[in-house]
Amino acid sequence: MARSPIPPEILSPSVSIRTLSPKSQISPLISPLLLSPLRGFSSNSEGIMIKLFKVKEKQRELAENSNGKPPVKKQSAGELRLHKDISELNLPKTCSISFPNGKDDLMNFEVTIRPDDGYYLGGTFTFTFQISSIYPHEAPKVKCKTKVYHPNIDLDGNVCLNILREDWKPVLNINTIIYGLYHLFTEPNHEDPLNREAAAVLRDNPKMFESNVRRAMAGGYVGQTFFTRCI
Amino acid sequence: MRRHIPQLPQFVGCRSLVSHTVPLRSGVSPMADATAQQSSRSRDLDKLLLRPGHLVGPAFEPGAELRDDLQKYVRILVVGAGGLGCELLKDLALSGFRNLEVIDMDRIEVSNLNRQFLFRLEDVGKPKAEVAAKRVMERVSGVNIVPHFCRIEDKELEFYSEFSIIVLGLDSIEARSYINAVACGFLEYDSNDNPQEQTMKPMVDGGTEGFKGHARVILPGMTPCFECTIWLFPPQVKFPLCTLAETPRTAAHCIEYAHLIKWDEVHSGKSFDPDNPEHMQWVYLEAAKRAELFGIPGVTYSLTQGVVKNIIPAIASTNAIISAACALETLKIASGCSKTLSNYLTYNGVEGLHTKVTEFVKDKDCLVCGPGILIELDTSVTLKMFIDLVEDHPKLLMSGASVTHRGKNLYMQAPPVLEEMTRSNLSLPLFELMDKFPKGIVHVTGTAGKGDKRQSCLRKLRVAFKGVDGITDTDMAGGA
Repeated sequence: MARSPIPPEILSPSVSIRTLSPKSQISPLISPLLLSPLRGFSSNSEGIMIKLFKVKEKQRELAENSNGKPPVKKQSAGELRLHKDISELNLPKTCSISFPNGKDDLMNFEVTIRPDDGYYLGGTFTFTFQISSIYPHEAPKVKCKTKVYHPNIDLDGNVCLNILREDWKPVLNINTIIYGLYHLFTEPNHEDPLNREAAAVLRDNPKMFESNVRRAMAGGYVGQTFFTRCI
Repeated sequence: MRRHIPQLPQFVGCRSLVSHTVPLRSGVSPMADATAQQSSRSRDLDKLLLRPGHLVGPAFEPGAELRDDLQKYVRILVVGAGGLGCELLKDLALSGFRNLEVIDMDRIEVSNLNRQFLFRLEDVGKPKAEVAAKRVMERVSGVNIVPHFCRIEDKELEFYSEFSIIVLGLDSIEARSYINAVACGFLEYDSNDNPQEQTMKPMVDGGTEGFKGHARVILPGMTPCFECTIWLFPPQVKFPLCTLAETPRTAAHCIEYAHLIKWDEVHSGKSFDPDNPEHMQWVYLEAAKRAELFGIPGVTYSLTQGVVKNIIPAIASTNAIISAACALETLKIASGCSKTLSNYLTYNGVEGLHTKVTEFVKDKDCLVCGPGILIELDTSVTLKMFIDLVEDHPKLLMSGASVTHRGKNLYMQAPPVLEEMTRSNLSLPLFELMDKFPKGIVHVTGTAGKGDKRQSCLRKLRVAFKGVDGITDTDMAGGA
């Protein structure tokens, strides 16, 4: 890589002392930006700030009065994006959403799924969602509140759904996650087990899996584990 | 060791910084000529501040008055008193700034001592901000540093508004995003959507990760803010849970299994605290057991810490270099002695040394620093009328708008449960819903555009009410 394209006549803070291999150069994610012409220093006139600071400090010394701004909480960019996601929710009839902390806390909510097909027909399963302030950079944290006999959901409510972890992308949204969760009930998958016993039964003996699911949903023991009724 | 931001694609570059050429001096100065002492201490700084130059910022007025004004009028907040924070406080104090404050919620740990050079063994357990402030004041005469041992969210917005420049030495995206939102929140635009300079709160952001680092200048409204470019952060590496549960292949898989799955299984309801050594030890032992079961080598206590807390080794010299660049930019913004870097400097010392300046581009529709769309309303306009107006507004043409104002959801089109809870607001005047402030920011979500190009979007609106000028007398009286 050659020297930085900043013209040498500008006092440049940029030095390439050695030729580097491309991988150690810079994150590949930034490299597209580097294709655009670079200017080493700002050409826009940010003016001289000291005068402003001076004036402001004098004002401050004169009066410690409020400038009339409402002292209110900050709404994070994550909250705003979530507001968009929530106001555009388009849920199937089998899914509903609720906000335990009221209409102004969208960052914590619950989604209830009542499958209308498959092994879990008739059951009611509730998931808690926790959204971070840097959503959608970070995926929501989703847990299943209802104890369920399911190959992809463990007994502590951890959910194995790719878009919640390794395949999360900021272009996905709450709607996609809810559809993904719904999909887990219509198409339980023995290949990605979190509950290994349930996965093995589903793989080897679907009939028995079906009856185990019915027993768990009706409230009762499957093996050593007790499930509360969720029908 | 420090917490790690997921693969920060962000580094720095440096040039010889004034403060680095000045040796640290004991606060107890010899009784020798005090003036000579003073002039020798500011000797290098004077070269920047007392002489004219070709590369200076517009309206730069060199002279002793400028140097004195910097000391007297500029108030700087350093956010974070860790690896970068210690360096920043030292650099800024030695660059001639006299009014510094520092905020940090952490206490000193033994593992900090190798690079957070303001701390000593006897300080372990004490608040970082307090010790750092004390140590720099002991060594650099004339500087006053006010420590704040608390979370950044605990401070009122007023607190942040009083600083001239905010310098960030942070280790998380969340904290950067928060401070950025606070600083950009002070920015106001005139009726032509031009940023008003006197409301601009400059930020200088430093970040390091091992041998890499970045320094960045954010002039809200003029240069891209943190949120404009947040998408540049690569996603965090997250392993599929079922891999952890069933087919672990690496030491990290075993550690994450103990941390994410086994912990909950054994400690029902008790949440894992990464700062609790007993918790960490438990996770380490569980991970080691699992690794043995699957014949996977490499699980150690420090790797466990690394994986669970996203820690990578921090390098003292990287912090020093990044901090130097940040302190210099701070001096440039304040004094105009040089144009600021535009606007993002990366430093890479992994193999040889490489630094580069990249000019990031502002997102004109940024919800945090952008102007939004100005809408003037009568105080009698109801929320319903406002939503209709947004649909007809030539710049918006947004139908089915949902409206939120400072964390209060005024109206939600969906889901039905929220629609029902917010429906009664529709007949209320927006002025009242916005707590009778003469102006404010609302965000609207809906479907905008024409024909085939209709798409859902989220927009920032600057609402100003006609005939309400500033804060009314009665409001002030009531508030006082």
